[in-house]
Amino acid sequence: MANLANRAVIADVLMKRAASDRDIVVLCSDSRGSAALDPFYETYPEQAVEVGIAEQDLVGMAAGLARCGKKAVAVSPASFLATRSFEQARVDCAYSDTNVTLVGISGGVSYGELGMTHQSAQDIAALAAVPNMRVYLPSDQHQTRKLMNALLDDEKCAYVRVGRSVVPDVYADDDCPFELDHANVLREGSDVALIATGELVHACLEAAKALEAEGVSTTVVDMYCVKPLDVEAVLRAARGAKVVLTAEEAAPFGGLGSMVAQVVGETCPRPVKTLALPDAPVKTGTKAQIFERYGLDAAGIAKSAGELLAKA
Amino acid sequence: MERKELTELEDLRWKLRGDALDMVFNGKTGHLGGDFSVLDAMLVLYFRHLNMSPEQRDDKNRDRFLLSKGHAVEAFYAVLAAAGFIDVKEVIGTYAKNGSPYIGHPNRGIPGIEMNTGSLGHGLPIACGMALAAKMDGLSYRTYCFMGDGELAEGSVWEGAMSGSNFELDNLCGLIDRNRLQISGDTEAVMKLDSQAERWKAFGWHVIEVDGHDLEALDDAFSEAEATKGAPTMIIANTVKGYGSPLMENKAGWHHQVPNAEQYEQIKAELKARAEEVRHG
Repeated sequence: MANLANRAVIADVLMKRAASDRDIVVLCSDSRGSAALDPFYETYPEQAVEVGIAEQDLVGMAAGLARCGKKAVAVSPASFLATRSFEQARVDCAYSDTNVTLVGISGGVSYGELGMTHQSAQDIAALAAVPNMRVYLPSDQHQTRKLMNALLDDEKCAYVRVGRSVVPDVYADDDCPFELDHANVLREGSDVALIATGELVHACLEAAKALEAEGVSTTVVDMYCVKPLDVEAVLRAARGAKVVLTAEEAAPFGGLGSMVAQVVGETCPRPVKTLALPDAPVKTGTKAQIFERYGLDAAGIAKSAGELLAKA
Repeated sequence: MERKELTELEDLRWKLRGDALDMVFNGKTGHLGGDFSVLDAMLVLYFRHLNMSPEQRDDKNRDRFLLSKGHAVEAFYAVLAAAGFIDVKEVIGTYAKNGSPYIGHPNRGIPGIEMNTGSLGHGLPIACGMALAAKMDGLSYRTYCFMGDGELAEGSVWEGAMSGSNFELDNLCGLIDRNRLQISGDTEAVMKLDSQAERWKAFGWHVIEVDGHDLEALDDAFSEAEATKGAPTMIIANTVKGYGSPLMENKAGWHHQVPNAEQYEQIKAELKARAEEVRHG
């Protein structure tokens, strides 16, 4: 399969599914180009809604459509979708239990050069705090495809965050195990457990290879389902290791790291370190530069793991 | 509207205000002022226009009603009970009590309620989505969204206003309960709202201004909205906060004040007097 950005995979899934399901309705807020959805709007104009730059209207309308039987998929940059329309997500989608899938594109620091206005570092913490809202960060194109199909098959609301660019494969076409809300254990070790979500899963795999080369036995868990957190997978990974590190392209408080620390602290205390973006505006750069600066690339993750293990 | 039906609604509107009063008095919380201002429009809608009954709850082609000003939920419960969706005695007995399903804002756990509302400014975009779904599916149902006037300061209302006309949602009818008072006082002192008709016209809506306590005028307004093609309709219902109780009328404090025992008896007596006026012509 050609390498596609996760956003392009979502657009592809929507194209394919809409051909046989006229209840699928896609909504954009002047974001269809960024979402790779121009072909969808041209092919299925009767199932495509453009609301202009109005995220509250986007999510409110999606909820209204969903309440009347539509599978509403609202696609907008994660920074605006998650926080400008947070209340519509909280009330109209989650509290009213409507079948809305919120797709946050260009998530995290995809727009590393554009400043904090266009970065979504708080989306995970914000939406994971909402009852009945699910939060997913798929790690590669194969998982994105399976996730999006699964979400179109159920009737609950969810938030999916993906980045802008093509990312390295974690899985293969014919080898992408997927069960909704169950994390994937990508490798197992006995010293360090790396629990990651989204685009940092691949970096953790690379870090694990480097750690193994130094004799550090490492587990890597792909926690694409931040909410509902796969608690069993967290506990299995933590129990089998001396230290736990989490990695996420998000602010350091309230996200995956906070949730994992809470679970591990309550049940099988181990040292837990959260690898994340700073609690401050991110300094300008490409995503790769930003990951390197804040220790979220493979080298940084391996370094943090070695340091934490040395203290344990 | 025939004379007999008008008289029945005239009678009912005082009874339902009494039910709302009982809910608030027993539950020790609520929003009587807005209940009493919006109730007549809800009554006319439910009994004269809304194609929605307890038997139609799962009918895809049922009309949809959203109470965006969700704090007027006691009026909503009273109307839903009168329309046969819920039992009014149960509501009065349990409203806002420990563990009750009858919360102080509309929620979908209650038969006849489509969406959880109460955070102001949410209703109109949702209603646009519902109306657009009807267009997509070729269904004839209509969608109604009742808002408060203080609510109009919410920006999301105006996002919905744009969508309503952009998508030519002539199956959508909004209503503004223009009682001119919000929690902090006169709406014009809080955030200027006058010229609403011009504002909605400028957004591409068909606008009808009406006395929000004239049942026949309200009936005509909903009929005019049904007959309007190519654009959504906004009914600006000029109302009186606390309407029907001189004790409460036009006093901002009654936005969410709970009457004490003496006030409760006074309001009851005022409503009874209005009901007797109907019976004795």
